[in-house]
Amino acid sequence: MSIVTVQLGQCGNQIGHEVFNTLCSDICGTHGLCSKKENESYHDSCKERFFCEEESGVPVARAVLVDMEPKVISQTLSMAARSGHWKYNSQAHFCQKQGSGNNWANGYSVHGPRHKEAIMNLVQKEAEKCDRLGGFFTIMSMAGGTGSGLGAFVTQCLRDAFPTSFILNHVIWPYGTGEVIVQNYNSVLTLSHLYQSSDALLVHENDVIHKICAQLMNIKQISFRDVNQVIAHQLGSVFQPAHTAGGGSGYSRNPLGIDWQVRPPHPPMPSTNKPLHFNTSIANLVILRGKDVHAVDLGSFQDPSLYTSWLNPQDAFNAWKTPRAFNKYEKSAALVSNSQFLLKPLDSIVGKAWNMFASKAYIHQYTKFGIQEEDFLDCFTTLEQVISSYTNL
Amino acid sequence: MTQSVVVQVGQCGNQVGCRFWDLALREHAAVNKKGIYDEALSSFFRNVDTRSGDNGPDIYKGKICSLKARALLIDMEEGVVNEILQGPLRDVFDSKQLITDVSGSGNNWAVGHKIYGYQYRENIVEKLRKTAEHCDCLQCFFIIHSMGGGTGSGLGTFVLNLLEEEFPEVYRFVTSVYPSGEDDVITSPYNSVLAMKELNDHADCVLPIENESLFEIVNKIHQMINAGKLGSTVKHNSLVTSSAGSAKTLQEKPFDAMNNIVANLLLNLTSSARFEGSLNMDLNEISMNLVPFPRLHYLVSSLTPLYTLADVNVPSRRLDQMFSDAFSRDHQLIQADPKHSLYLACALLVRGNVQVSDLRRNIERLKPSLHFVSWNQEGWKTGLCSVPPVGHSHSLLALANNTCVKPTFIELKDRFMKLYKKKAHLHHYLQIDGMEQSCFSEAISSLSDLIEEYSELDATKGVPRIDPSRLKIVV
Repeated sequence: MSIVTVQLGQCGNQIGHEVFNTLCSDICGTHGLCSKKENESYHDSCKERFFCEEESGVPVARAVLVDMEPKVISQTLSMAARSGHWKYNSQAHFCQKQGSGNNWANGYSVHGPRHKEAIMNLVQKEAEKCDRLGGFFTIMSMAGGTGSGLGAFVTQCLRDAFPTSFILNHVIWPYGTGEVIVQNYNSVLTLSHLYQSSDALLVHENDVIHKICAQLMNIKQISFRDVNQVIAHQLGSVFQPAHTAGGGSGYSRNPLGIDWQVRPPHPPMPSTNKPLHFNTSIANLVILRGKDVHAVDLGSFQDPSLYTSWLNPQDAFNAWKTPRAFNKYEKSAALVSNSQFLLKPLDSIVGKAWNMFASKAYIHQYTKFGIQEEDFLDCFTTLEQVISSYTNL
Repeated sequence: MTQSVVVQVGQCGNQVGCRFWDLALREHAAVNKKGIYDEALSSFFRNVDTRSGDNGPDIYKGKICSLKARALLIDMEEGVVNEILQGPLRDVFDSKQLITDVSGSGNNWAVGHKIYGYQYRENIVEKLRKTAEHCDCLQCFFIIHSMGGGTGSGLGTFVLNLLEEEFPEVYRFVTSVYPSGEDDVITSPYNSVLAMKELNDHADCVLPIENESLFEIVNKIHQMINAGKLGSTVKHNSLVTSSAGSAKTLQEKPFDAMNNIVANLLLNLTSSARFEGSLNMDLNEISMNLVPFPRLHYLVSSLTPLYTLADVNVPSRRLDQMFSDAFSRDHQLIQADPKHSLYLACALLVRGNVQVSDLRRNIERLKPSLHFVSWNQEGWKTGLCSVPPVGHSHSLLALANNTCVKPTFIELKDRFMKLYKKKAHLHHYLQIDGMEQSCFSEAISSLSDLIEEYSELDATKGVPRIDPSRLKIVV
């Protein structure tokens, strides 16, 4: 099963590059502390998922690079080529000259329609190269203009062109104290639109990753490269092949086919008063890699107090394992969680955006590209509903 | 990558512009070791094959042949432009990109705007079109001028109008030098207020500069050099006021040091658009993030460091000092104190070996002492450009949309009213075809409205914030 990655904007392209680096170095690393057969199976599966063979023997990433200005893409392409271990398809990129100016409306309403055909052609080409298409993985930030606005538009186009494919959006949440002043507007517009077309949103918050770099990794002068490498490492540990519970011995399962889709019961059940130790979860996925994975007791992950009352923990919890070690870590574990953990950050973003919207600040920058006040209101409504749904778990 | 065109108007505009081109060449020479014409260079320069004469074709790739500035030089007197054309920069300017006259504008905005504007309109449009045609993707016009005179002020704002009409999609960034209180041009308040109306209505962003501030910065640097602590020498080419290493070999002229500061401002402003970095900040992002309401587009700028010591390693303390300095009164390019006024938005463009953690640490550190408007409590826009300016290992440009511009405008209004009440020198203006009393009343009214908008925002400072109620969802 193969995944086509779409890297959008500066952030998307910078992270995408680190992700492919991580994946490649994981499989290029000698062996994975497991049997040769296991290692080969893993190797082949990863290769099929993320890379394409070329005559030269250098694996080519199954990726489309999109940006509205050329500097980052040209840097990304050359850095990948210099590694010698993998590269991007030199044709599979689309860029323009001027950038989106951190303006979601510019990305969504102007660049999107204008360049839809060219971008979708590139995506189609990559999709056709896959024997079995598992789905799409888009990488974008929600604070800027291209990743966020054009990203939302492209996601919609993917949904229209591939109605039955799985679409997973990797969304980067900006630092709380400003990278971009209109980041909260851009975030609200992005998330509400992605909700219409995406299957799942995988989130990384810059503040959280920054803390990991500072406190867990003791990096003194943290650069965006450091942040991006942590993110890439986490993504690698989720997307590299692993055996699923009923999946037999091969790595055949669609890596993106995580059952996130849950419908809360009608009518909504009153939430029981639970001790507030954990964020209430709808679903959890644990991925274990390396030594002794089968001996691990994961019982505590099925503790009912972790989950909402209308779900059976057995249904809500999944575990994938592989004896093949990831990135030379003897043992490693990853947790992907659909829970209330994003409630506070989401509420904060919506609150700040609403505050700014009430004063009408910066709105003229959006209306000039076709996003009106009513559009903003619709987006706020959508997100308030999401917040409400998660709060009532 | 995009291109920008500089339109330098009047004596001040051309003198500053000249310093800009000189320092831009110096900066690119320091970065571009192989002499290849690259995208960064193309943002401000064309590469012309002059072997077949001046009308040679543009070369888009390969070795640098002859660099030509993407500029339009306009002056109604010949002195300054002639000097440029005889100086070391003569080959940088295409002779077809000049518009000059002989008699000057007599420090009269109306002469510059109405008479010369009308007279040279066609010529200006044609030359602008030509420069635009040479650009693959023209993103921004930079106008450099002074407000107090006749040409820069009058004809400069006429050109601003023209740019909006002819190139509505292209951004208009204006660097305006405001007259000081002791300006020897008596009618400078009239010229400035008449020009302000045009800036209010037609500019995307204005970077006001006051000579007093530039002068104080120059003095501060001289004191530092003369004090000369033993063992620490200032790297001469690192001075924000210096022309060291550039084309100029003659004795520096008195305004050169001050003009270099403004030139450095423009270089830093455009650095992230020209060079790579981990968090790019393009010109259209500056306008997007720093202009919350169309008319409030006046940005107070500060540059640090002003100089670098040659023999010292850079501890992070020094880095943090750079951030602190950016917010101090002495480093602002107008007489203003942003720390004690209200921020609508703030942008920090860092160059050199600075990482996101340094940026975050300093924002956290400085935030508590700054006042931000209630609806933009975290209003920071940041950019990281990897390439530092010549002579420095890192530098910072801070742009603030802050109510501290208000005093400058109020003073301007007061000086205007002093003359206007007595109708002093008014006849020089009203006798010009197209000028009427209403031009004056509209201009002062526009300025008053602007001041009022800033006052209203100031009034919200310190008032306890009541967040508007959120939308409620029916479950």
